[in-house]
Amino acid sequence: MTTMTDPPKVSFQLSMLIYDTRYRSYTFQFIALVLLMLLLGYLGANLVSNLAAQGQNISFDFLSSPANYDINQRPIEYDSQSSHLRASVVGVINTLIVAFLGCATATVFGVTAGVLRLSPNWLVRKLMAFYVEIFRNIPVLIWILIIFTVMTAVMPAPNQFRGENPDASMLFDAFAFTNRGVYVPAPVWGPGSLVVVLTFLASVVGVFAYRRYATKLLYDTGRLLPMGWPSLVILFVPTLLIYFVLGQPISLNYPALKGFNFDGGLHIRGSLIALWFALAIYTGAFIAENVRAGIQAVSKGQTEAAASLGLRPKRIMNLVILPQALRVIIPPLISQYLNLTKNSSLAIAVGYMDVTGTLGGITLNQTGRAIECVLMLMLFYLTISLAISAIMNVYNNSIKLKER
Amino acid sequence: MSRDQFAFVRKHMLPEAPPPATQTGAIKWLRENLFSSPGNALLTIVSAYVVLQIIISTAPWFLNGVWESPSLSACREILDGKVGGCFAVLTERWNQLLFGFKYPSELYWRPGLAFLLLFIAAAPVLFAKVFPRKMLIFTGLYPFIAYWLIWGGSLMVPVFALLGVLVGAFVYSRMVTVNAGVAVIVAFVAALIFWILSGYVTASMENVLAIEAVASRDMGGFMINLMLGVVCVSLSLPLGILLALGRQSSMPIIKWICVVFIEFIRGVPLITLLFVANVVLAYFLPPGTNFDLILRVIIMITMFSSAYIAEVIRGGLAALPRGQYEAADSLGLDYAQAMQLIILPQALKISIPGIVNVAVGLFKDTTLVSVISMFDIVGMIRGPILASSEWNGVYWELFGFACVLFFITCYGISQYSQWLERQLRTDHR
Repeated sequence: MTTMTDPPKVSFQLSMLIYDTRYRSYTFQFIALVLLMLLLGYLGANLVSNLAAQGQNISFDFLSSPANYDINQRPIEYDSQSSHLRASVVGVINTLIVAFLGCATATVFGVTAGVLRLSPNWLVRKLMAFYVEIFRNIPVLIWILIIFTVMTAVMPAPNQFRGENPDASMLFDAFAFTNRGVYVPAPVWGPGSLVVVLTFLASVVGVFAYRRYATKLLYDTGRLLPMGWPSLVILFVPTLLIYFVLGQPISLNYPALKGFNFDGGLHIRGSLIALWFALAIYTGAFIAENVRAGIQAVSKGQTEAAASLGLRPKRIMNLVILPQALRVIIPPLISQYLNLTKNSSLAIAVGYMDVTGTLGGITLNQTGRAIECVLMLMLFYLTISLAISAIMNVYNNSIKLKER
Repeated sequence: MSRDQFAFVRKHMLPEAPPPATQTGAIKWLRENLFSSPGNALLTIVSAYVVLQIIISTAPWFLNGVWESPSLSACREILDGKVGGCFAVLTERWNQLLFGFKYPSELYWRPGLAFLLLFIAAAPVLFAKVFPRKMLIFTGLYPFIAYWLIWGGSLMVPVFALLGVLVGAFVYSRMVTVNAGVAVIVAFVAALIFWILSGYVTASMENVLAIEAVASRDMGGFMINLMLGVVCVSLSLPLGILLALGRQSSMPIIKWICVVFIEFIRGVPLITLLFVANVVLAYFLPPGTNFDLILRVIIMITMFSSAYIAEVIRGGLAALPRGQYEAADSLGLDYAQAMQLIILPQALKISIPGIVNVAVGLFKDTTLVSVISMFDIVGMIRGPILASSEWNGVYWELFGFACVLFFITCYGISQYSQWLERQLRTDHR
């Protein structure tokens, strides 16, 4: 009777760490880990000895000491006696403001240009291609500086609005474009305005509810309710009614020339406008390409199939093309938003006080706490981008094609 | 029924009639492309009007442009109230815009020559089919030649740097039979030891074959943008490949090191990394070392772009069908061979458009160094030129010039990548 012999047991040898694929990966990971530790230890030791040599330490105490500088755009209460931490928070809010405005405007620009690039009109197509190529191929910093120069060097000074025959005049008597910024009417929230706002919000909910009901009715009974004009009625009529019943609680405060400058209204600084529009136009050019690619990614057969089912062009767009195109468009769109947010750190070039300008700019220079400031700055941006990536992952998973 | 019943029977085919006038030539094109519907016609007219207005209002500015004058006020005198651009600022400050304001003017030919040689060095890489492969030798030598031309100093420094690379390559070729990973590490260590040792040698040979040295802080203008762009893209490509492979790796520790690095770098704006280069990096270097600002910036920008390139290449790797990996395994290739011969050539080909996008974006981002007070072209315009008493207030000519430079470069690169994509397309469509 024969027995199966086991393969000879090879005792472990040192050379197997390199030659045997079973152990090799452990060797490499160990080497990588050791190298990483050595590198970090080396950098850390340098840091400690450098700090000791300069008599410094790592500490975040400076955040609670008074900032001693002014910020020209203050969405929350702030004065020069407020702490550095508060200055950073003001900066964070300013970053979010410009990022939000920029993303919204960039979407409008990008979608318009992307759709028009596919227009049957040759001239419009070429113009949009020109827009996309020009803005994509020139650094955003240069665009920010150009628009900032327009806002500060080309716009008339406030005193040119004075006199019998002024050199400059306000648009519709409501908008003043000056080299100190743009003045627009500001809403004044009188007593009762909350009711108006709440009514409006309720009407928005109402519109959604109505459309849902109409769709359900269509699917259940086949009866088609009109969608367009009832939505508009629901959206505006109750709000306007309440607005006039309460005696117009919301009014507009128009800017007016007082002395050497404009008074009243909302003052939008040139730096904000430069940053906002430059980022929007620049990112819009990238979004336009994404939108175009997304629409072109839907094959022509889809349109033809929908048409052969008897759908009208508008329904083909809404029910067949857009749902498929959006699946392609939205992920790059979100990463463009992320890019815009990161690019908003260029605010420092035009003196817009975003978080890079306050925490990474003046606070850093005043306190000399370079490591702490840059670390906090990076953590802020890292948090935003990780949050947006997380949202994107959830979205991607939710729209993933459910394949067999 | 006889034939006579019919009054007339045609015996010959009529020649084809020309299509109606509305269906041919320019008219058809106009009708289809510009006036296909009332809405389109309106759109055409409005956009044509806008374009015309823009041309009419800017044409005199170009046509009346003054190309020679010592200052803005002199230029305004020449214009005498007419609308016109003062392009004299470009001719007057040409060298400053290109080389910065401190680079010795008698040495301008050196960066100029380095720039021209760049084309010769890049040609065999960019147009591999047209130029002989032997020219790649020059491409390999180019970094050392360019360094010597731009920074000057003893020829021995770049020569020893090159020798170090050769030592590393020799060690690698000897060790690769053992294991590619080990070979890379050992070769790197060998080159490093050689460089450290040669540092002592070159220090004593400062004047051997030396040309006038130029300090980094004296450089500026568009030269800096080009230098940063070329150096950082070429350095970040191999780094990006390594990071991408690391991220795909099955070894968890290596994978996580790469993931953390890539996600961290991609999550922060470049400007914060430039702050690190400017004010923080010095804390992490041994006391007393005095790194050039430009070198620190190169390190940070390279890290930045390598993370982005790694993500692009990871996309390329992921797009390869699983069968390619399995085929490589079944041929008995080890990891390094499989990557080198099967996987990477295909993955890189897929990634070309993405890599070019990153490269163009990076080149545009080199203007950000003006924020940390380096005088690249934007820094030169905003700093020394606009602040000078002669040219205070000449905005459009200067910004326009910077726009033209960047547009030509970036548009050219993206057109090249589209051409390359068509060249490399091997599937049959």
